[in-house]
Parts: sequence; structure tokens; C-alpha cells
Amino acid sequence: MPIVSYREALNQAMREEMARDERVFLLGEEVGQYNGAYKVSQGLLKEFGPWRVVDTPIAELGFCGLGVGAAMGGLRPIVEVMTWNFALLAYDQIVNNAAKLRSMSGGQLHCPVVFRGPQGAAHQLASQHSQVFESTYAFVPGLKVCVPATPRDAKGLLKTAIRDEDPVVFMESEVLYGTKGEVEDGELLIPFGQAEVARDGGDVTIVAWQKMRFVALKAAELLEREGVQACVIDPRTLRPFDLEAVLASVARTHRCVVVEEGWPWMGSGAQIADSIQRHGFDDLDAPILRVTGRDVPMPYAKPLEHEVLPTPERVVEACRRVLYRSP
Amino acid sequence: MRREIHESFVRRNGHDVHGEELTPFSQRPAAHRPEKEFPLERVLADDGSADLARSHLPQERLLPLYRLMVLNRALDERMIQLQRQGRIGFYIGSIGEEATVLGAAEGMAPQDWIFPCYREHGAAILRGLPLAKFLCDLLGNAGDLMEGHQMPCHEAFRPGRFASISSPIATQIPQAVGAGWAARIKKDDMVPLVYFGEGATSANDFHTGLNFAGVRKVPVVFVCRNNGWAISVPRERQTAAVTFAEKALAYGMKGERVDGNDLLAVYEATRLARARAAAGEGPTLIECVTYRMEGHSTSDDPRVYRPAELVDPWRKKDPILRLKGHLVWRGLLSESEDAAIRDAVAAEIQAALREAEALPSKPPLESLFDGVYAQPLWQQREQLEELRSAVAADPRVARLRGEG
Repeated sequence: MPIVSYREALNQAMREEMARDERVFLLGEEVGQYNGAYKVSQGLLKEFGPWRVVDTPIAELGFCGLGVGAAMGGLRPIVEVMTWNFALLAYDQIVNNAAKLRSMSGGQLHCPVVFRGPQGAAHQLASQHSQVFESTYAFVPGLKVCVPATPRDAKGLLKTAIRDEDPVVFMESEVLYGTKGEVEDGELLIPFGQAEVARDGGDVTIVAWQKMRFVALKAAELLEREGVQACVIDPRTLRPFDLEAVLASVARTHRCVVVEEGWPWMGSGAQIADSIQRHGFDDLDAPILRVTGRDVPMPYAKPLEHEVLPTPERVVEACRRVLYRSP
Repeated sequence: MRREIHESFVRRNGHDVHGEELTPFSQRPAAHRPEKEFPLERVLADDGSADLARSHLPQERLLPLYRLMVLNRALDERMIQLQRQGRIGFYIGSIGEEATVLGAAEGMAPQDWIFPCYREHGAAILRGLPLAKFLCDLLGNAGDLMEGHQMPCHEAFRPGRFASISSPIATQIPQAVGAGWAARIKKDDMVPLVYFGEGATSANDFHTGLNFAGVRKVPVVFVCRNNGWAISVPRERQTAAVTFAEKALAYGMKGERVDGNDLLAVYEATRLARARAAAGEGPTLIECVTYRMEGHSTSDDPRVYRPAELVDPWRKKDPILRLKGHLVWRGLLSESEDAAIRDAVAAEIQAALREAEALPSKPPLESLFDGVYAQPLWQQREQLEELRSAVAADPRVARLRGEG
């Protein structure tokens, strides 16, 4: 199977979908001439022309609104935001309009649009560039939220997102754009709400997505040295969420740790822990623990940033605690 | 090199590249004179006469539009009463602004999408929304097209290409531009019409929407319903600009300022703007100068912030009286015919209300959960089941919920 980068995988997804369906078009800052702030739209302007690869003025609110209107007008827009940090301006269009249009109109109108771009810390970019907003979108009924970790998931989920009839918030990661992995050529559709077992094991379940999937896998390696087999589950989409897969693993391991990059209070991990205890209380032999980013705006200083982000060591420590093991 | 820079500095500050002397900044005249460049365009004179060479509204459309204006007014008055009686939760109307609402919608083609603000029910009715259906929306009952999900006066009507009304101010503006862009990509002959109040011109969405439309010459018609008031904030506190139409200049598009109480003028301006947009000449911003005769909505009492003396002069400029004067001048309407129209309209509203109120008060529970996504997620299915069993388990709950 060909080895491609996360960035190329996203590019393939858009190229294939734009070639397949002429209603699909891309708009956002720097997506055309510049080939994308992170080069995700490389070559698309040349291939599809300026009508379908549209450089917009710097106005997240405006071009996300444009995407909503174009979707209502019968197209399948992909709106690229340079970073989700700056797309807070567009929260009104995404939450108050895109997410509610189907319900508000009694099903007369709907809004098949994909909002995509990177989120999360990317090495010393401080508080306004390092935020994880997946929970704020996954909170909203009417939206679907993807958080792919691997190039294969990036491609397969984006193609599914573009074909979806509902608005999709597609979270990417700046530090994953250059990572490589096996990705099928051509058609690849990964359904929403289907978790992937990134590593199997019967002693403890670790739920982690996007960058945290790799933190969890590293932790699993460290745990293996102690004779502990961790099962790492990547939900891949936070809404819909594959609760069954997580419950099935917890039924075997009886212990669970949820890892997320974002802030702890009201984070996605809190909801996941609640769902597990509600549906799988009798399977649990220990409280569910969470490993999260610290409850502070992200600092710039490298050693401080390191203290804020979840590390494999912190995940190992949490797993030891749910296993009642001392180091 | 240093000398070249110095010379270029002198050149820039003293003379332009052609050697002409430049005016010092302190003495430069104002860029333009808005009241001269954007005069208030009118077709209907105060006495009801009109220069018919300046009006292209087909004569056979005059009476139907007059009837719709009368209906719109009577509907608003009746619904405000209904809200006061507690029969509906909220109402927001367009009393005094009917010519702007209907003239603009009439100036578009049937295939054009309308992106409304929240005072354009008249336009939805013009596009075929049955009156009883509109009333079902106010009641939020089983006959409501929005299935009881959306608040009163926030209707969507897909068959009439009338997009969903959104409460946050100005969000419909970039959406209309997006729909215009979609039409251009699909090569459809479709030009969206978007309505907004003058207050919306202060919002980010206004700027981003008009900016993009101007840059890309997107086919769209922007209608600014300048009714003088954004709840309690008068237009002078909304902008320091003399007119709203002049804002078009900065976006590189055509601006028009018309008498918003003159149906023929609004129609004419919109028709021409649509033709230019369809011909690839880009968007137009039309400022319709009108007046909000009543409160912002039923949640507002304008007497606390607006002296009656400000409103009184506008009573003589009532758009319905203006059009009536014109119809009389053209010999198309007599007093008795006018009275007959008003009676018929009142009866129509009464009949529609009876029809709407006869329907069950509760829309189906299922649509609340099924209508969030194309296919409900397990969360919605789970919650619907929970709710169903709660209702089934306790008949008192069922009665309280209006099912008894």
C-alpha cells in the first residue's frame, strides 16, 4: 500500500471528491495561489480553477457564512480555516446557522458543508495558537466532529465528511500534517462513529484520539515493559461516538483511562467517562481516570508547554493507578 | 540609492508622478457628497401621480400587490392583538415597511432565493406561503412547517425559495453571497435577494459579505431596510455616514437610495439591480428609506425611547396610502373597492386563523429528535426512547405535556 503523509492524504480526499462531484468546492484563506497555509490544497487551483478553489478575504465569519449559503444553494463546500483558533469568529455561523438549519426549518433546508483546519498545540505557539476546540463543537447537536490521527483516517473520514448530508467540523493537527502512513489509492470511505483499536490488550483501556493516540501508544509500549497490556482505542469521530467499542474493551479490561489534549473541565473525556460509568458500571474495577492538558492558557516557554501537555509518562501513571500498581 | 529614495519622497509629497502639484492633506476636500450622489429616488409623487416612463411594474400587478400590502398590515395588527391575548408567544411585524418588503421581492425572478431578515413575511406570502401555514408557525402547532422547532416569525418556505430566518443579526448576508456564488458555479440564472435592517450594517457579517461580493462580483441584491431604528438605537447612532447607500462605494459596488415607502421605486431599483447582477455586473446595495411605525417586536415598547412627534410625520407617508393614491390616480381603485379589499382581507385572516387553531397543538415528538441530522445518532434515538417511556409511564406527565 502506498505510504503518504497526512497532508497528502487530505489533499487526495479533496482532489478525488472534487473530481467525482462538481458540486464540491474549496474556499478559505490562502487555499488557491498559496496552495494552503499548510499546503493541504497543493495543486487544486491548477486542477480545478479559481471558481472551485476560492481564495477569500481574511474573514472567518464571512467565508464560513458563505459556505453555509453555498450549501443551502445546492453545493458541497469545503471551508478551510487556517486554524480553529481563529475560527471562533465563525462560531455563530457554524453553531447558530449550519448546525440548526435542518431542525429550524423543519427539514426543509439542510447544510452539507465541511469546515476543516488544524487545531491543538504545535510547539511553542502560545495561548492563541494552541487550543483544542473539539469539545465545543462536539457539544452541539446538529454537528458531526472528526478528529483523525493517521493519514488513512484523514483521507477516509474527509471523503465521508464531504459526502455527508450534515455539517461536519473536521479537526486536523498541525504537527501531524507531515506524518506518514499507509493509505489506499483511490476510494476510501471510513464511516463516522466507528472506533479503531490502535493496539489490542486486555489489562487496561486507553481512549485517545488525534495526537493523543500516539501519546497513548507510547504509553502502551512503556506499560508493556511492566507486563501490562493496554488496549488503545481511537474513536476517530467524537460525534457520532462509538461507545460500543469502548464498552466492549472495558468489559474485558475493567479499567479505563481517557486521554485528551484539551482542557479538563467540561472536556470530551468527562462525557466519555460519564457514558462508560452509566452503561458499564458493573464492568469497572476502578474509577475512570483522565489525563488532559492543564487548566491554563498554553504558555510559550518550551519547558512550561511540556508541563501542560499530556505525556506518555502521565498516561502510564494513570494506568498504574487504575491497576492499583505501584511503579 | 539614498538620493533616489529622497527624490521619490519629495515627489510623493509635493507632486504626483505627472508633475502636478498635490493638495496638502489639510486642504483636501471631502471625498464626496453623499446626499447629492445618493439622492432619494422616488417614482410616486405625494399626490399619487407618477412618471410612468420611470416605472416598469406591469399594471396588472398593481392591485395584487396593493392587496398584499393591505393583508400584510392587517395581519401584523391582528397578530399583535393575538400576542397580547396570550395566544401566540411573540410577534415581529413590518407596519410601515410593506412597500420595501414587497417591492423588493416583486423585483426579483421566481427562481431567486430570498434570504430574509425577520420582517419579510409579506415576501413569503408573495412567494406562495399559505396564510394558515404562517399562522401555524406562530402557534408552533402540528401544522407548522417548522414542526414547532423555530420561534414565531422565523419561517422557512422552501417551495417559495424563502430561506430560514435566523435571529442573530446579519448572518444571512454572507449566506446570500454564498448562494450567489453557488449559482455562478452552477451557471444558474439565480440572483439571491437579501434583506437586513440598517442596524445590521454595523455587524461583521455585513462587512464580510459585501466585501466578498464586491471583490468577486457575486450576483446578489442587498436590500437595506433602513427603518430608522434598531430597537431603541436611532440610525444616527448606528453610523456616522450620511447615507447607508454610500457604503457601497467602499465595497466597489453600485449603491442606490430609494424611498422605501414607494412601492414603484423599490421595485424599479431591485429589478435593475437584479438585471445588472444577472448580466455579470456585480452586486448592488439598495438602501430603502422607510420607518418602523411600531415597536421592534411585541417585546418592545417604543414609547419609552421615541417621542410621538418623530413618528407622526411618517403617518402621512404610509406606503399603503401612497400606493392607494396612485391606484386612484390611475383609475384602478375606488373607495368602495378599497373597502371591499379590506373586508376580504380581514375575512381571509379570520378563516386562516380558524383553520390553524383547529389543528392539534403538539407537533410530533419524533421530529424533534429525528430532525437534527439526516439520520439520528444514537444519542437522539436513546433520548427519544427515554422520553417516550417517561410519557407512557405517567399519564399525568402526558396530560401536562398536552397529550391528554
